[in-house]
Amino acid sequence: MKIRETFEKRMKKGQKTLITYIVSGDYGYETTKENIRAMVRAGADIIEIGVPFSDPIAEGVVIQEASQHSLAGGTTLAGIFNMVKELRQEIKETSFVMMLYLNTIYRFGTERFFDLCNECGINGVIVPDMPFEEKDEIQGAATAHGVDNVSLVTPTSHDRIAAIAKEAEGFLYCVSSIGVTGTRSKFTTDFDAFFDIIKKSAQIPCAVGFGISGPEQAKMMSQYCDGVIVGSAIVKLISQYGEESPEKVYEFTKSLRDAIDK
Amino acid sequence: MNKIGRFGEYGGQYVPEIVMNAVNELNEAYEKYKNDPEFLEELHKYYKEYANRPSLLYYAEKMTKELGGAKVYLKREDLNHTGAHKINNVLGQILLAKRMGKKRIIAETGAGQHGVATATVAALFDMECVVYMGAEDVERQSLNAYRMELLGAKVVAVQSGTRTLKDAINEAMRDWATNIETTFYCIGSVMGPHPYPMMVRDFQKVISEETKQQMKEQEGKLPDCVVACVGGGSNAMGAFYDFIQDKSVRLIGAEAAGRGVDTLDHAATIAKGTKGIFHGMKSLFLQNEEGQIDPVYSISAGLDYPGIGPEHAYLHEIGRAEYVSITDEQAVTAFEYLSRTEGIIPAIESSHAVAAAMEIIPKMSKDQSVVICLSGRGDKDVYQVARYRGVELDEN
Repeated sequence: MKIRETFEKRMKKGQKTLITYIVSGDYGYETTKENIRAMVRAGADIIEIGVPFSDPIAEGVVIQEASQHSLAGGTTLAGIFNMVKELRQEIKETSFVMMLYLNTIYRFGTERFFDLCNECGINGVIVPDMPFEEKDEIQGAATAHGVDNVSLVTPTSHDRIAAIAKEAEGFLYCVSSIGVTGTRSKFTTDFDAFFDIIKKSAQIPCAVGFGISGPEQAKMMSQYCDGVIVGSAIVKLISQYGEESPEKVYEFTKSLRDAIDK
Repeated sequence: MNKIGRFGEYGGQYVPEIVMNAVNELNEAYEKYKNDPEFLEELHKYYKEYANRPSLLYYAEKMTKELGGAKVYLKREDLNHTGAHKINNVLGQILLAKRMGKKRIIAETGAGQHGVATATVAALFDMECVVYMGAEDVERQSLNAYRMELLGAKVVAVQSGTRTLKDAINEAMRDWATNIETTFYCIGSVMGPHPYPMMVRDFQKVISEETKQQMKEQEGKLPDCVVACVGGGSNAMGAFYDFIQDKSVRLIGAEAAGRGVDTLDHAATIAKGTKGIFHGMKSLFLQNEEGQIDPVYSISAGLDYPGIGPEHAYLHEIGRAEYVSITDEQAVTAFEYLSRTEGIIPAIESSHAVAAAMEIIPKMSKDQSVVICLSGRGDKDVYQVARYRGVELDEN
């Protein structure tokens, strides 16, 4: 489903959108599929399909280690596309957003990459090392294929927020705090001020991510915007429980859903 | 499309949004000060009084006679304070950091030369300094790691990935993203997002500017060839830059071929790399078909990097500079040769340039001249070379 429609569906019910992230291929594609099924069943609306990269400079240690582990197991972009294509046969409503580093797209071939996004039912991409200034690297192909190029804004973006938000597609990814991905025990960002600027500029839904460790933080953060993104906390569970993780991931995702629906 | 920070299609600013304002701020500061007379005066004062510039251009008479071809000149960057060219760039960046009001400096280092230079200048200017160094490099270059600590820096041994230079850069970038408001990232080579490749080049171009002047005085003409080693490529950019316009001057970069470019154990990016986007720049990288960055290898921790500065990728593409690959064996042989012949122990990095020059010098005529950029001194490498030759030193 289109990202906008996914948000709108929740908004109509007065609810928030839940976005969850996974490092694809960690403990094998079957484990990833089971985990995605579990997240969808538990109420996740958008799945961020993480593509592991050898040198993920925007990631904290949890996603770094999962990425390395996945790559060591032989995960490839083509393999991930296959996995998504298979999942798409059974999961129709959920939006799939691929999160990956720009070199992966560049090396694969931008046209070929977006062709496969269409073929496999990928609705959007998030490229953490492609700032606003460099987005033309993929924007033409993304637009031509109807795939949303999701932009990020951060507490250090300040006067860049307006320009980024104006051209943002799908949803605006609001980074909760400075630093890399990973759970945090507390936040120091002045969220009222941060989201005040964002809301003045954004014409599309906003979701907040980075550092959200559990239901309470998800609930707290969800009041500022239209959706919350949880990544490292889920990846940590998968690292901990491996092939046995889907049940844990279901329970955890369910707890997030319940918390933000309260 | 008019994009900033490009060398042909190479370069750019491929970094996470979280650091973009800092990158822009740095770019503004660099644009503001790069031609500012007061800034340049201060920089050159430190070059002269602290770093021992201008560095000597030494006519290597014995080497010239032995090789029987072109006259050999050594640009003695090894005589700079801290023993390498790295201090040229660090002085520039830290003077800039001072003007920007930054108090905390971070850096990555491979062989440790850039880390030592950064720790040194940070000590001089009373700044907090954290240096990221691959855990494997800390082992290979434990002396430099300790030197940095002596200078008051904190050395972080990076355990992630291949535990070498690229991983140290990853970790420095993560630190930068986390402490962006207080921290200045002092990148050690002509790499990273714009403005770094241009800025570092500008702080290193003093090497070629001096060389040109010294050649004029000593030979009365331009050199026929300039040779420098290339990892990220900062000493080479510095040694080449002022000669790029002089088309008669051949520019040769020596990459690390490790155990051979046809093995998996090398760091020869120009010879074997492909276009990619990594560490903030579009350039050439050693990577697999999926765009995963390859582990690389060289005996030299300073050349052990899977990419190359974007301006080198460009100079290669337009054919203005040539790049050759030098194996560990050739580099070690050159290391020993220069030590015996001229009484100068070169850094194992610079030994790659010496080896490349030794290939071409005998084929040139006696009225020609070659400048080798001796980017650093080799004290730090003695243990490693001994080990390579199977000599056990009772050091550890």
